[in-house]
Amino acid sequence: MSPEYISIMKTIKLMEVCGTHTMAIARSGIKKLLPKEVELISGPGCPVCVTSQEDIDKALKIAGEENVIMTTFGDMMRVPGSSGSLDRMKTEGADVRVVYSSADALEIAEKNPSKRVVFMGVGFETTSPTVAATIIEAKKRGVKNFFVLSGFKVIFPALEAIAGSKELKVNGFICPGHVSVITGSAPYEPVVKKYVIPCVITGFEDNDIIKGVTRLVRQIKRGYACVEVEYKRAVKRSGNAKAKKLIKKVFEQADSVWRGIGKIERSGLKIKKKYEDLDAEKEFNVKVKKSVLPKGCVCGKVLQGIKTPRECKLFGKKCTPRHPVGPCMVSSEGTCAAYFRYGS
Amino acid sequence: MCLAVPARITKILGEKAVVDFGGVKREISLGVLAGVKKGDHVLVHAGFAIGKVTKEEAEDTEKVLGELRAVINAESVNGGSGDTFV
Repeated sequence: MSPEYISIMKTIKLMEVCGTHTMAIARSGIKKLLPKEVELISGPGCPVCVTSQEDIDKALKIAGEENVIMTTFGDMMRVPGSSGSLDRMKTEGADVRVVYSSADALEIAEKNPSKRVVFMGVGFETTSPTVAATIIEAKKRGVKNFFVLSGFKVIFPALEAIAGSKELKVNGFICPGHVSVITGSAPYEPVVKKYVIPCVITGFEDNDIIKGVTRLVRQIKRGYACVEVEYKRAVKRSGNAKAKKLIKKVFEQADSVWRGIGKIERSGLKIKKKYEDLDAEKEFNVKVKKSVLPKGCVCGKVLQGIKTPRECKLFGKKCTPRHPVGPCMVSSEGTCAAYFRYGS
Repeated sequence: MCLAVPARITKILGEKAVVDFGGVKREISLGVLAGVKKGDHVLVHAGFAIGKVTKEEAEDTEKVLGELRAVINAESVNGGSGDTFV
């Protein structure tokens, strides 16, 4: 018995919620290959892009203090705070170092006992367990000069916020492959049930993305919504139990401000009291001004998929990869950076 | 930022391992992944193995595009009424 296909509206809007997908889609030129009925929108999945200006300003203040070595992933170096960036501070003499892993930052702390070494933690569920492991290791080794500034976020509350948005109607989500290696597919189920929007967890190769889109369109056509795993070779329903336990051991969920979007409840990770002597927030107790988005910058709308980079007055003129205004252009996975480099 | 790269475990050293990224070797941590053996393929992110992955064959882009086109163009069995699915 052949399945019944329901006719659909003219355009199917699919949102990818992962900076790595934004880049993969842009680089591969897949949008040009897809049927015209399918529209791909980029969502707030680039952790660098959604880090609030307050969090950046905190890092800048700490980096400017005496005897501090600030360590960070490369992507954060050029993100602008209310004035300046880590990169600019480095050229002005601050000790700011790019690390590939939080474990490298811990090593720097052990090698420099007279300095306070701070790791700026930015990322989603892919990254937070690795930093949780490093925090536990630091405590185990008795390292007293290592601190983490947690800017970690949790993707699911943001997914819910977009799924429930009146401003933007998304028909399906292309879900992040590597976040899902950690979380498993189960946490998407409540979002799918509540909002009746299909979610397909997709890998990052060109063929993965096309297959992910196919699964979403098939669900939409058949009028149902469920969680599917296209990225079968890496994602299970249960995810990585050890990694999830580590996140729970070290962090607790707290409200968090997403740049250009505002506060999303329980969408951030804060270091638990048990590990507070490694919490940079407690150690440095920095106070910063409330953030102000630069004039004309619409990163917030771009992140929510409401505007495209081309609809931003600054895009390609005042805001370029060499001189970025907002985070969407600075981050190597930002939507604006992708559009600029590969075209829309 | 969430970039994770597949690699093969060549040596286990307690909580660490040496992996092969198709020629380039690196030491990484096994701190967030349990049950890893020599010869396993893992995804490496920020210096840590975050999950195991199976070896996959490459597939033809044309083939998968063709599948998508078929789904998009599929007719409704009852001739279609123009109803939209919301």
